[in-house]
Amino acid sequence: MSSRDVILSRIRKALSDVPNLPPEKDIPLNWEYGKPLAMDDVLDTFTQMCLDYKAVVERVPVAEVPATITKLVTERQVKTFVVPAGLDQDWRKAAADGGAKLIEDDPPLSSPELNDIDGVITAARVGIADTGTIVLDHAPDQGRRALSLVPDLHICVILADQVVSDVPEAVQRLKPSIVAGNPLTWISGGSATSDIELSRVEGVHGPRKLLIILAE
Amino acid sequence: MSTNPPGQARRTPAPPKGTVGIGQPEPVASPVFRENAKKQLQNTLMRRNMKHATTTIRNKRLLRVAEVPNWDEVRAQGAGLKDRVARHLDYYLAMAEENLIKAGAQVHWAKDAQEANQIIVSLVKAKGVDEVVKIKSMATQEIEMNEALEAAGIAAWETDLAELIVQLGHDRPSHILVPAIHRNREEVREIFNREMGRYGTPPPKNMPNDPPVLAGAARVHLREKFLRAKVGISGGNMIIADTGTMVIVESEGNGRMCLTLPETLISVVGVEKIIPSFDDLEVFMKLLPRSSTAERMNPYTSMWSGVTPGDGPQEVHVVLVDNGRTKVLDDPEGRFVLRCIRCSACMNKCPVFERVGGHAYGSVYPGPIGIALTPLMRGIDSPIDKSLPFACTLCCACDDVCPVKIPLSDIIVHNRNRVADKKRHDIHPHLETTVMIPADWAFKKAKHFELVQKAVSIASGIAFKNKDYLGPMPWPASPWTRARDIPAPPVESFRSWWAKNRGGAK
Ligand code: SF4
Ligand code: SF4
Repeated sequence: MSSRDVILSRIRKALSDVPNLPPEKDIPLNWEYGKPLAMDDVLDTFTQMCLDYKAVVERVPVAEVPATITKLVTERQVKTFVVPAGLDQDWRKAAADGGAKLIEDDPPLSSPELNDIDGVITAARVGIADTGTIVLDHAPDQGRRALSLVPDLHICVILADQVVSDVPEAVQRLKPSIVAGNPLTWISGGSATSDIELSRVEGVHGPRKLLIILAE
Repeated sequence: MSTNPPGQARRTPAPPKGTVGIGQPEPVASPVFRENAKKQLQNTLMRRNMKHATTTIRNKRLLRVAEVPNWDEVRAQGAGLKDRVARHLDYYLAMAEENLIKAGAQVHWAKDAQEANQIIVSLVKAKGVDEVVKIKSMATQEIEMNEALEAAGIAAWETDLAELIVQLGHDRPSHILVPAIHRNREEVREIFNREMGRYGTPPPKNMPNDPPVLAGAARVHLREKFLRAKVGISGGNMIIADTGTMVIVESEGNGRMCLTLPETLISVVGVEKIIPSFDDLEVFMKLLPRSSTAERMNPYTSMWSGVTPGDGPQEVHVVLVDNGRTKVLDDPEGRFVLRCIRCSACMNKCPVFERVGGHAYGSVYPGPIGIALTPLMRGIDSPIDKSLPFACTLCCACDDVCPVKIPLSDIIVHNRNRVADKKRHDIHPHLETTVMIPADWAFKKAKHFELVQKAVSIASGIAFKNKDYLGPMPWPASPWTRARDIPAPPVESFRSWWAKNRGGAK
């Protein structure tokens, strides 16, 4: 007998007291999925919660996104950016205008090559106000997972209508991405640890600087 | 514990002797909880750190939970969903397997720790590498995977900051959430200075003991390992059955590194870690971060379904581990522990854990969940496992904080009953069982009871002369009275007082 069969038969034996019903009948649950959370202002809450994690948040009209990118790149003197293949053309140009060299991930960069790049610019899929979370589904405007992980600075542009009140709404919005087989990365603030004497240190392995542009 | 073949030098720092894993072939060498606890209580630094940690996280958790208006309903939903999974585990496992395979993952089944380690070792060897990077995971600690890999000449590098401190310090984790909480910053600095250079990039010269600088040294030390690793190993917080998606919840980003950069990923997951559907994520992504690190959301969560072409590992394995879980399932009173999402809220609430720390339990699972789960998974044959259910005052505080409403104290009592039943079959008399047989006789009939009370009142007049308690007593009462005083019984029993004063007035 294979180990699979052994384990499954152990399970069936252990559960001999459980009535032979469909799981939903055996343990009926009454739950409304995807419920929004009532809040005064979704975008204000989102901004507040992101700031709580010490992320940088710039709230600007959509038309000003490129200028904001240029400003951030100039201020921080970021020399090199990796850009996902599907990134907005205007955003690319804006980063170049800020003095950064843009590097394409085509052919795919090796991990050591990525490690030598200063920053990354991505779009996002969903924002969650109640928890200050940004979710990437790694579509072409965000790129594969390593791009938003290895470089030390991440500029993430999220559109106002991508921001929802709470986790349940976000899960419903992310369903098509999961069904399509995409991976997801949920980012709340950024890398942090409290492992030494519980004192919080921002930035261990992920990008140590997270700059969020909220486009309204 | 595994030993290296003769002539083969260790690749990683050796942990202390004695196994704390579950399902290992050698008997558990750890002494009983009482002795461990006594030793740990003398470590004042550990006690201070542990108290600071548990109090801080506990208080913060209260704030985060209070922000969720329907917290109790979410808990009930979480409990209900996990019960569904446990009571129909064969159905959900088959569904998860099918969807994992559809997504491009390879699924392996391991009956016990040994088989899990064999599978992992052969997968790593097939890649022709002699090192792996890994994410902190309870399942891999439970099967003592690092030592199995070490015995096969493969180095398993811990990448979580606390686990790195523990590994480089030849140590064991003391808390499942903050495993190095028993170390202070100066000790961390010493460990890094002494050990880092032996295993990779050394720390900067004259490193101060500031946590940010220490974390920076770990970043540099580990970056080198992440960039060259060909194989990553992880646990898994959840497997979503209807989509075949794995979920890892973390803080530092070391998890993302291990899950993204290597070419091959092996995830080792207990069979109970399933949630039915992607929709249900809304419940657990609310319960877990707030109960665990007391945050609205943990910094990073990764989800992936098998292989994503062009993104991350192109060879993905999932090892489903039983290792005693079906034994737990076989106990209808105990099976609720399989709801556990390993958040550690119960530990931070437990007065016993706060004082003795995680090392005293002789198991990778300490605290309330440990004393409920370990004796069910590992059995109650060894002295340490027999003693675990008694590492508890039955204050029930753990029940209130558990995000999936596990009746921990009930299960702890259930484990005590199992130990007592077993003792009854032993040849040595124990105080409780010796006392309980006459007690059984005394409680059966009112007449018997009166007789006993009279005898006690006479006897105690002698024993408690001039004092109102008894301290340590000789055997067979010694195990009981070593840590407890016996209060003097009243000179007159309630029954005889009633008979004298109210007896006539029926
Ligand atoms: S009931 Fe026992 S295990 Fe639970 S918190 Fe109290 S002492 Fe700890
Ligand atoms: S028993 Fe409950 S409180 Fe304790 S770790 Fe498990 S889920 Fe968390």
